[in-house]
Formats: sequence, structure tokens, C-alpha cells
Amino acid sequence: MKVAIVDYGSGNLRSAVKSFERAAYETGSDAEIVLTSQVDVVKMADRIVLPGVGAFADCRQGLQKIDGMWSAIDDAVSGSGRPFLGICVGMQLMAERGHEHGVTPGFGWIKGDVKALKPADKNLKIPHMGWNTLNPCKSHPILDNITLGDNGLHAYFVHSYQLVPLDHEDVLAETDYGGRVIAAVAKDNMVGTQFHPEKSQELGLRLIGNFLSWSM
Amino acid sequence: MLKARIIPCLDVKDGRVVKGINFVDLMDAGDPVESARAYDAAGADELCFLDITASHEKRGILIDVVKRTADCCFMPVTVGGGVKQIEDIRELLLAGADKVAMNTAAVKDPQFVRQAAEKFGSQCIVVAIDAKRVSKPDQALRWEIFTHGGRQQTGIDAIEFAKKVTALGAGELLLTSMDRDGTKIGFDLDLTRNISDAVKIPVIASGGVGTLDHLVEGITQGHASAVLAASIFHFGEYSISEAKFHMAAAGIPMRLLS
Repeated sequence: MKVAIVDYGSGNLRSAVKSFERAAYETGSDAEIVLTSQVDVVKMADRIVLPGVGAFADCRQGLQKIDGMWSAIDDAVSGSGRPFLGICVGMQLMAERGHEHGVTPGFGWIKGDVKALKPADKNLKIPHMGWNTLNPCKSHPILDNITLGDNGLHAYFVHSYQLVPLDHEDVLAETDYGGRVIAAVAKDNMVGTQFHPEKSQELGLRLIGNFLSWSM
Repeated sequence: MLKARIIPCLDVKDGRVVKGINFVDLMDAGDPVESARAYDAAGADELCFLDITASHEKRGILIDVVKRTADCCFMPVTVGGGVKQIEDIRELLLAGADKVAMNTAAVKDPQFVRQAAEKFGSQCIVVAIDAKRVSKPDQALRWEIFTHGGRQQTGIDAIEFAKKVTALGAGELLLTSMDRDGTKIGFDLDLTRNISDAVKIPVIASGGVGTLDHLVEGITQGHASAVLAASIFHFGEYSISEAKFHMAAAGIPMRLLS
């Protein structure tokens, strides 16, 4: 099984690759983790991971700079239905639109927009940065064997914007930061996490392991 | 609920930890990667490497340390020291750093902060502010930015500077009181609170931690989002876990390992 982590110049991908390798090793998976900026590799991959840091528009631009990459990902994920994991801005790109530095279209797999965080408590800092717990909104194999809720494991967040799905069915988990914040989305063959599983120690490695063994 | 963070900081020179940690049986207490791994296992919320290598030619050694750390630690790592240009940031991020701290370069040219944030995103740009109290006891409180390890006064007001770099795109501030650094008498809480309250972004309090109560005060009285300490952890006076339970007992939301 080939897992492609898409490299389009967005931030540090070394730790993402290492965490997938570790999770594969720990779960006894035969997954081959490939960091790639080649369209052909993405087209052939069995699973696709889209990381992303920085601004929504920059990430879209970065993907579009690679000739054919945007449509290759779109075809593989929404066309062929291959398992997909979007991380941080990679998750936000699943939405119809982003509203950071102007309005930018996303893949549109999840109906909804990416909007600035506006915690009810004005004293709360932006970005929402650090460790927070997850409250599941539905069950999903990617959350198997992960203790959730207020006394559960923590995930590492760094973000100022969030994807707000129109259909609550698409919300996989929420977190609390001056109100409910979308922590993860899931729909059909796609999962997206606002937090960074590759930086979330135990919770992260388990979630990645679950993604590698996820069969639909 | 978001938790307050504890960040151990390792000073690294020529690829070695300046003061090795001794709270666990390390094969090589001077190896920053082993120390990082030990802190990862101990439940530290993030890790900070501060490179104090004088020569730029030895930059490769630091890059190697960051790479090897990213290979085994799945927690956020901030690296600072000697960051002068965009290329330095790129190199550290590619090696596996999650955030890069800049100090003198930001003071010399605040626009560097904007360039860096536009290029890599605010989430990875930390501005390290070294501040010293310059007001007399009977005057209104005032702190100024100092560079070169606290030796060079810049005349720049610390609060104004904090606001400025925030507006330019910094994602977090690492605030060190040069008066308190190494004293073990606690954070400069007035400084920490004044800066934390003046900016929207998270502030890491640093400089002066000697007891676990100091860590508590940094959050409750200094309004910091995270506390950074070095010696109290490195020399085994307290473990990360003890510190977390102490802070949690004081009512601060902490990420406790089960």
C-alpha cells in the first residue's frame, strides 16, 4: 500500500513523514510512506495525505503551481474515493471556500466555509495554540482506541481559522475554545483534522495508525 | 479546554547541551536529541532549543540536531538563535522545527517579521523579546528591549515592540526578563502581564523560575499562555509531571499524562 504525503512547499513535512512511518511500524502496517510533489505518484497512491500550514490562499496557490496536482487530488479523492486525510490547512481546503486574505475556493468536498475563529471570550488568544481535548460527534474507525472527552487524550492545535460545515453530519469532533470549534470532519472516504496528529504524541500516532488501517 | 503549556528549554552550543539534564539515566546527557526524547516521554508540552553557537559556519550541526529530534519526537519544537535571514528559517523548518524564534533580527528590522510570517505563516514565527526594567522605583513601569544577551540597550519600549511585531504577523512571543534570568526568584510578573494583556497572541513567560509556584504565577498573575524553564527541570529538582500536577492543583488547566 502506497501512502502519498503531498509536498507542495507548505512548511515542515519531515515530522509528518516520520510520524506516518512510526505509526505504520507500530501497527504492523506494510504502508510505504512517500513524500511527493509528483502528480503521477499521487494518481497511483492508495491513500493521500494533504498537510498544510500558513494561509488558505497560499496553500491553494502552492498546490496549483504544480501542473495537474489540484485535479489529480480531486479525481483520486472525490472521483475514485481513495482514503484521504487533510491536516490543518489541508483539512480546511476540503471546504467550498476560505475567507483568509480574500475569498478563495477550496476543493468543495465538504459544504461550508473556512472562517476566522471568534471565541465568545474576547480575552482568549488567537491563534488557538496548544493542547486541547476532543469531543466526538459521531463514531468513526479513525478514532478507534483513542480516549476522547474532557478527560481524554489531547491534540495539538495551531490555527486562527476553522472549517464550519453546513451539514453537521460532516463534523467528526469538536473542541472547546470559547465555544465549540470544529476539530475534525469526516465524510465518506475523507477525514480532515484541524489539529496536527503528527505533533500530538499518543493521540496523533494512534489516529494515523487508524487511518493507515481504515477500510471502508 | 485549552491547557497551559510547560516548555523546557535546552541551550545548545556546537551541537551539545550546555548544561546536560540529569533527571533520567541518559546514555549521553550532552546529546540534545536524547534530552529531547526524555522530555517528550516525560510529557513536556513543547520543547525549545536555543542555539548559542557563536559561529555561523557551525550551523549544520544545529540543523542535524533538529533533524534527529524530529525523527523521534512527535511534539512541537521551537528553535531559536542566530536566525538572521529568511533562508535560516526555511532551513530550520525543513529540518523539522515547527516554530522558529527570532530576536536580534526582529529588533534590527521589524519588517523581517512580516516577511517571515507572509512566507511561512504566523503559526511558526515566534519573536523572542529580551526585556529589562529601565524605570526607577518611583516612576511609571517601563521596560526596554535589550540585545546581545542583555548587554546592549536599544531604547525600544518592550510593550510597544510587542504590539508592533504582533501587528506584523508574529504568532507567539517568547518573553524573557533579563533582570530575572538565572535568578530563580520568579518571573517579572508586571512585565509578563503588561505584555500578555497588550497583545492578542500567546505569550511564553521566561526568566527566573526557581519553584513550582513561580510557574503557577506566570499563568495566573502574568497571564501567560505557557511557561518556559530550564534549570529546575534539567537538574532534576522537579519533574515535568510534578510541575503539571502542582499547576493543576492551583486550578490551572493542564495536560496530565495518565
